[in-house]
Amino acid sequence: MAWNLTSDRPIYIQLVEKLQLDIITGSYRLGEKLPSVRDLASEAAVNPNTMQKALTELERSGLVYTQRTAGRFVTDDPALIRSIRRDLAASHIRDFIRTMRQFDMSDDEILHLIEEIMKEEIE
Amino acid sequence: MKELVTCKNLTKQYGSKLALNNINLSLEPGKIIGLLGPNGSGKTTLIKILNQLTFPTSGEVLIAGNPLSVTTKSLISYLPDRMYLGNWMHVSDALDFFSDFYTDFDRSRAQDMLSKLNIRLSDTIRAMSKGTKEKLQLILVMSRRAALYCLDEPIAGVDPAARDYILSTILNNYAPDAAILISTHLISDIENILDEVIFIRDGAIVLQSSVDDLRIQNGKSVDHVFREVFKC
Repeated sequence: MAWNLTSDRPIYIQLVEKLQLDIITGSYRLGEKLPSVRDLASEAAVNPNTMQKALTELERSGLVYTQRTAGRFVTDDPALIRSIRRDLAASHIRDFIRTMRQFDMSDDEILHLIEEIMKEEIE
Repeated sequence: MKELVTCKNLTKQYGSKLALNNINLSLEPGKIIGLLGPNGSGKTTLIKILNQLTFPTSGEVLIAGNPLSVTTKSLISYLPDRMYLGNWMHVSDALDFFSDFYTDFDRSRAQDMLSKLNIRLSDTIRAMSKGTKEKLQLILVMSRRAALYCLDEPIAGVDPAARDYILSTILNNYAPDAAILISTHLISDIENILDEVIFIRDGAIVLQSSVDDLRIQNGKSVDHVFREVFKC
């Protein structure tokens, strides 16, 4: 099944996000070898050039590295994964806060509501 | 990067009708390029000129630096917008044809793909559904090791599952240093696999851009931008 991509944003950015998520959530483990560009592109139903661009982007962030002959691997540095997870969570929370402020909620109201709903979820 | 296709001041007139109006175009290897435009905009005319099925009224075309000739025919693998294999043919006849005509035809690759689709060498083309015929032609065309693939409306008139098959066959079979030029007006089905798009209207190029740039600039899909540019 092709990856779920929306058509209003650059594809390579969506590929970066999807791969990042797969790494953070452990679908790909620390130090695991990634499939080839062609296989990943075929799985996502995108152009190999676009997948290449996404992987280059992930290499730049250090999440993925290339070993000259052996292929491409997920980083084996857990601190890096934690920090990227934190950044991603922060960005989701920022979006959330922005929406809540549009609803005219005060910061106290937002925090209280979060606590309330978290309790409900536990029960 | 070295240019694979160059068109300089390319014009084609059919009688008084101007089909291509002074087109300047360059395509690089290693890319999948969408040639997008409404019906009658000149897509097929341009592709036919590249394949020497019709000839320019004026202007110049170079393929990998060569003027149009037998040499350039051997560099281009062409999927026309209609069935061109005889109805009487068996699949094995079509394979023989391609083996005879094209030295770069990889017969075992084609047979491999056909057998995965359960298309037998003894099947006749007459008895095939439209979708199967399209798939057969595409398999033949993509089994050549060409420098340029010209695919004229490869996904028109087939069901969505066949479309997915066609798109994945295109993706899995082109060499990294080849280019693919795909003409279509079914943009939303195809835009995720394109590197670059060319919008053509009334025989003139309106826009040539990378798909990612187009999405960044407009915050919209190529399909959406197309609908705005070509609004009736």
